[in-house]
Amino acid sequence: MEIDQIFTASVFASAIRLATPYIFASLGETFSQRSGVLNLGVDGIMLMGAFSGFYAVFLAQQNEAMSEPVGLFLGVIIALIVGGLMGLAMAFVSVTLKAKQGISGIGFYLFGFGLSELLFQQLVGTPKSIHGFPDIHFGFLSDLPIIGEIFFRHNLLVYLAFALVPISTYVLNRTTFGLMIRAVGQNPEAADAMGVSVARVRYATVILGGMFAGLAGASLSIALINLFQQNLTSGQGFIAVALVYFGGWRPWAVALGAMLFSFVNALQLQIKVIGLDVPSEFAVMAPYVITIIALAFASKRLEQPTALTKPFERGE
Amino acid sequence: MNNSSGFSTFLRITRLNRLVDFSPVAIALGLALVVSSILLIALSANPIEAYSAMFEGAFGTENATAETLVKATPILFVAIGITVAFRGGMINIGGEGQMIAGALAGTTVALVLGPMRFDPEIAKELIAPDLIIITLSLLAGFFAGALYGGLAGFLKAYFDVNEILSTIMLNQIAVQMMNYLLNGILLDPEAAGVNNIPKTARLVASAQLPRLWIPIGDPVIFDRTRLHWGLLIAIILAIIVFIFMWRTSLGYKIRAVGESERASRYAGIGVKQQMMFSMFLAGGFAGLAGVVQVLGLQYRLQTDGSPAGFTGNAGFNGIVAALFGGLNPIGAIPASAFFGGLLVGAQKMQREIGVPASLITAVNGLIVVFVVSSEIFIKRRARRRVDLANQDNLAESAKDKAEVQV
Repeated sequence: MEIDQIFTASVFASAIRLATPYIFASLGETFSQRSGVLNLGVDGIMLMGAFSGFYAVFLAQQNEAMSEPVGLFLGVIIALIVGGLMGLAMAFVSVTLKAKQGISGIGFYLFGFGLSELLFQQLVGTPKSIHGFPDIHFGFLSDLPIIGEIFFRHNLLVYLAFALVPISTYVLNRTTFGLMIRAVGQNPEAADAMGVSVARVRYATVILGGMFAGLAGASLSIALINLFQQNLTSGQGFIAVALVYFGGWRPWAVALGAMLFSFVNALQLQIKVIGLDVPSEFAVMAPYVITIIALAFASKRLEQPTALTKPFERGE
Repeated sequence: MNNSSGFSTFLRITRLNRLVDFSPVAIALGLALVVSSILLIALSANPIEAYSAMFEGAFGTENATAETLVKATPILFVAIGITVAFRGGMINIGGEGQMIAGALAGTTVALVLGPMRFDPEIAKELIAPDLIIITLSLLAGFFAGALYGGLAGFLKAYFDVNEILSTIMLNQIAVQMMNYLLNGILLDPEAAGVNNIPKTARLVASAQLPRLWIPIGDPVIFDRTRLHWGLLIAIILAIIVFIFMWRTSLGYKIRAVGESERASRYAGIGVKQQMMFSMFLAGGFAGLAGVVQVLGLQYRLQTDGSPAGFTGNAGFNGIVAALFGGLNPIGAIPASAFFGGLLVGAQKMQREIGVPASLITAVNGLIVVFVVSSEIFIKRRARRRVDLANQDNLAESAKDKAEVQV
């Protein structure tokens, strides 16, 4: 029967892998949105993170003296820095200059899209693959049938992404920093009156969001696909933003959304592989249609941060 | 009033004086120039050489200018629509998908009706069959795009779905739909099995938009270029939409909702209807961009399967041009020509000095960021004016009071 050809262990395993960039990017976006800033430039930041991380590893692996783990570590650091810098720019534009966030985000997207392609063409030229993060082998756990394949044969960044879900929940709900983020996003006037610097908190979250987005991009270029090409992310950053709405600004629900989305994606790939008689275009389309429908029914019952997209003006 | 020349009256009526007078656009252009020069130097290219190669490529010859205007045409259509949507408070990112929806519907109508013109029975009945076929195709493109845009408006109005997100999703869906149809029922019967480029059959001549030229001199200006009537249609549309937005009550309502949803609701304006309507119009104009691209330029709908394979990113560039034109349809005309020139010029720059044309995408993004970022300076200046005016009023009323007491 076809059903067990579709729902194989490898489909679940690839769903977990595919969820990695979405989790990184959407967790980062959750932080910035909870503080009241919509960063629509995630996809552009991801592309820049993907290219810079890739290029660092690419150079490191041409250098014989450098060991592979050091090169990969360097790639991650560079992607974090580049993502953080783009986050800083986004924060400056949306917090200090109080620009319209939806539109400026599109600007950042186009900038990252164009610049990553420009640098790629200039510095690398044609798609070249690198040795990315290897899959970790957990001894007998990885050898377990089904379970081993699904859970215990992934690379480091996959586990890091999933580890960040409870950490983010904890930071948002149980720490002073998290309280400040929520206060600034929900009632900036009150937070300001309590002596919390609205601008400083928003700078912190948007930079953090940028770093996460940079890492999301790098997870594609140095851990999952292990190469860079024009528009590598193909709009995954936008999906990440949608997932934040979908998950109602709660890290675990956002991550669950990311899992669902990538599961549908993995199914779609599998359907192609076994050559089922479903036009592949419809399979590719499905996750987007489902996301729109989910947004239509999710937004009725979820409260978005009150100050989302609203720049803070201190009353005189 | 008597010292104002005809030109400044024109600027005032078209509201472009605000743009010329000062503007985020000037700041944005200056900053973009600085940053792209830095990028060029970093790529070890001479900025002056690069810019002159671009200018040469965009406007150096009659044919180059025509190519610039050809590229500007879909951008202008989209920009007009973006202007309406943004003025109505709807951030429409769906230009790409709406273009595709328009192109699919318009091309289908043109493919079906085109050959009928040669049916003597039908042709006899019609006075101007070519005109009718083209008009119907354009209308089909408009309405398909309008419905696709309107869908995002509907989701926003009744389901509170953020229009930015829904239009982004709808873009992806449209691309897949186009790939499906072009590989399936719309596939050119002659191309089937020959190669793998998804494309429709070529339109018959009577369904094609005529070439455009300016009848001055011999040979005429733009003789034998690819410039087509789409440009003229877009310019006329820009003027109509300007009048609609600033001289009719319907346009006023759209802008009112964009300025303040709450105030509009208190004023009894149907906010939900206006949201859908502005997205409907925006989608319609983007749809026209798509169908005109087929009827005027490519004569068949074809793509390489990638997201921008058919649109050439005009759906995004239209946003940039709309912002650059000060969210004014008349301002969008020179803005679109500028971005058309950038795209065409960048090709020349790539050939001549080896700097990848993708530089332009990055610069476009910067321009968007700079335009929206510099709005704060205008707001500040406006506030200062209000403050000054208030001070004057206070002084006046203090004087009045003093006089009364005396």
